[in-house]
Amino acid sequence: MRRVTLEIAPGECVVLAGRNGSGKTTLLRIAAQLVRPSAGKLSFYSAAAGEPAVERPGYVAHATMVYDELTAEENLLLFARLQQVTAPEARAEALLREVGLFERKDSVVRTFSRGMRQRIAIARALLHTPAVLLLDEPSTGLDPLGVSWLAGALRNLREAGCTIVMSVHGESEVSALATRGVRLDAGGVMADTKTGAKLQSILHFGNN
Amino acid sequence: MSLASNTAVLLGKELRTEFRSRELLTTTVVFILMVVVLFSFTFDPTSGESRRFGPGLLWLSFLFAASLMLQPCFLREQNSDTLSSLRLAVSDPFAIFLAKLCANTLFLLLTELLMLPIFAILYNVPILQELHWLILVLFLGSLGVSIAGTALSAISAQARMRELLLPLLLLPLLTPVLVASTQVTVGLMDQSPYVEWKGIGFLAIFDLVFLTALWLFGEYLLEE
Repeated sequence: MRRVTLEIAPGECVVLAGRNGSGKTTLLRIAAQLVRPSAGKLSFYSAAAGEPAVERPGYVAHATMVYDELTAEENLLLFARLQQVTAPEARAEALLREVGLFERKDSVVRTFSRGMRQRIAIARALLHTPAVLLLDEPSTGLDPLGVSWLAGALRNLREAGCTIVMSVHGESEVSALATRGVRLDAGGVMADTKTGAKLQSILHFGNN
Repeated sequence: MSLASNTAVLLGKELRTEFRSRELLTTTVVFILMVVVLFSFTFDPTSGESRRFGPGLLWLSFLFAASLMLQPCFLREQNSDTLSSLRLAVSDPFAIFLAKLCANTLFLLLTELLMLPIFAILYNVPILQELHWLILVLFLGSLGVSIAGTALSAISAQARMRELLLPLLLLPLLTPVLVASTQVTVGLMDQSPYVEWKGIGFLAIFDLVFLTALWLFGEYLLEE
């Protein structure tokens, strides 16, 4: 990444668009603090006090980031306990219901379809009710019904004040939630806009 | 507090995953069993030879089996990028190492305790007389192997030729552990058993130094 300066306000829903290899995934992994930048700085500030927030963002990657050998419930309980979520059993159950996998909670993830794995991946990222949510092509593997469910879930999160940064390919119900579009090319920001027509052109760029 | 609770949660996951698949334990037990049985049939050692060479063979087979066991330790975290989700979830990355090395030590120790009676019968070596000391040296040796092996497994998992890299790094590094563990075991299996304190002290210091190094620098081994 080069020449990337972004300041994202609480509650914004930022869509990152760009060709393959433009740096969307790298930017999201740096924001998730999984990759240490060789130069530059990343800071999270809580809206209330202006102090750097210590909580980690929620992150959904290309890979599901859950254990194939564990059941859906075991996966959520594991990550809920690691993040010291209050009442982990209740939180895991609520999220399993929300992502539509409660009936399959005792099935090992290995037996899930790609779409179901994506749902459990999203549930894992939401366990600790993050203030910032980073999503790398979150609709991957989801059927049209799943995409509608995801768009609804993200809309609810945005309305609750969650800041969302996601990479998308093409226009969809999910990208339509964007309040801001950032176009990346060769590791740099080519366009950054919040206004209607230009935002549409950035989202449309994802189709190319 | 969060280090202890995160480690306990992760250790639970490691044990659950292994006892469900029995992938590592089966491989290790079968490997050690084959080495011990084949060596016994090939050389048919006398009781004196067994006392002298048996401990070395036993520790060598433990070491090779450990390199098999440690290989998938971090490798299987890469299948679905679960290492990233763990790094995001834990407050102290040392918990990831601590849980894995506790699980590896436990699996290795379990395998060794299963193999010890078979070794004693095949090689006609007494083990009951100094069993408590034998368990101590097995624990210290296995801990040393697991600490160094877990750290190297994290390094090799991100490298090319990872299957080859781990044994290449691990075996030379663990030579002092092999020598010390063998010396102590030879003493304990002697006709007049004695405790080789120098070897036990060396193993304890090796474990402490490598554990401290892992605590200090482990975080950097997990970075992409």
